[in-house]
Amino acid sequence: MSLTINQRTTGDVSILDLSGKITIGAGSVQLREAIRKLIDSNNKNILLNVGDVSYVDSSGIGELVNSFTNTNKAGGILKLLNLTKKIQDLLAITKLLTVFETFTSEEEALKSFNK
Amino acid sequence: MEQNASTIALTINSSFKFTELVASVTDNITQIVGFGEEEAHWISLSVRESVINAIKHGNKLDSNKAVDVMFIISEESITISVRDYGEGFDPRHIPDPLDPTNLLNPSGRGIFYMRTFMDEVDFSSHPQGGTIVKMLKKRIISETTE
Repeated sequence: MSLTINQRTTGDVSILDLSGKITIGAGSVQLREAIRKLIDSNNKNILLNVGDVSYVDSSGIGELVNSFTNTNKAGGILKLLNLTKKIQDLLAITKLLTVFETFTSEEEALKSFNK
Repeated sequence: MEQNASTIALTINSSFKFTELVASVTDNITQIVGFGEEEAHWISLSVRESVINAIKHGNKLDSNKAVDVMFIISEESITISVRDYGEGFDPRHIPDPLDPTNLLNPSGRGIFYMRTFMDEVDFSSHPQGGTIVKMLKKRIISETTE
């Protein structure tokens, strides 16, 4: 199973619900394209819901970093919602939890964009 | 080789689509050895990372070059060797992913994850060319096992 991306919008925040794998063979390119489209259409407040992501490898982590960096460069902000234990572990041991803002509540995540 | 150890070997061409196959075989093997779900997940991730490195950095995406994967399993541990047929690959030249200047690099974390999740990771050059990565993971059989 590769990556499925469902997009929804709440206020000025674009939420991408990700489901499946973000690996070098599946998912990384789809995520990159989805982020690029949002930035190109001037949707720069992005919340990635990764709660249903079943598998991430180092390329997938790299793509999350890419997404964060590209959004920042465009003057936007990208945050993460519903980290799984395994994604949290992969981010923590490479000190990336110090980079990403993460949330367990969508409501809290959405509020944070307006601060 | 340890007594009662079994060997399983497979060879793939350098294509990322085969990493799923190797990961599936790894999952079956870790189940046979008796690793828990979480340990099995990280072993599978480490094998996947080493195969991706062999394809990408070792064989330079040349689909005509093979990647050999060998599993040696016993009751106590699993040892996985991954060999590429490239021109050699020196892991010492990989930037430290924890260095603040590298935190936002999109790549360079695979070997770090392998070293984190496996008990031993060794790189060596094969006499006939290519790099061999050998990884060991011990199985914790009981609380008192050292």
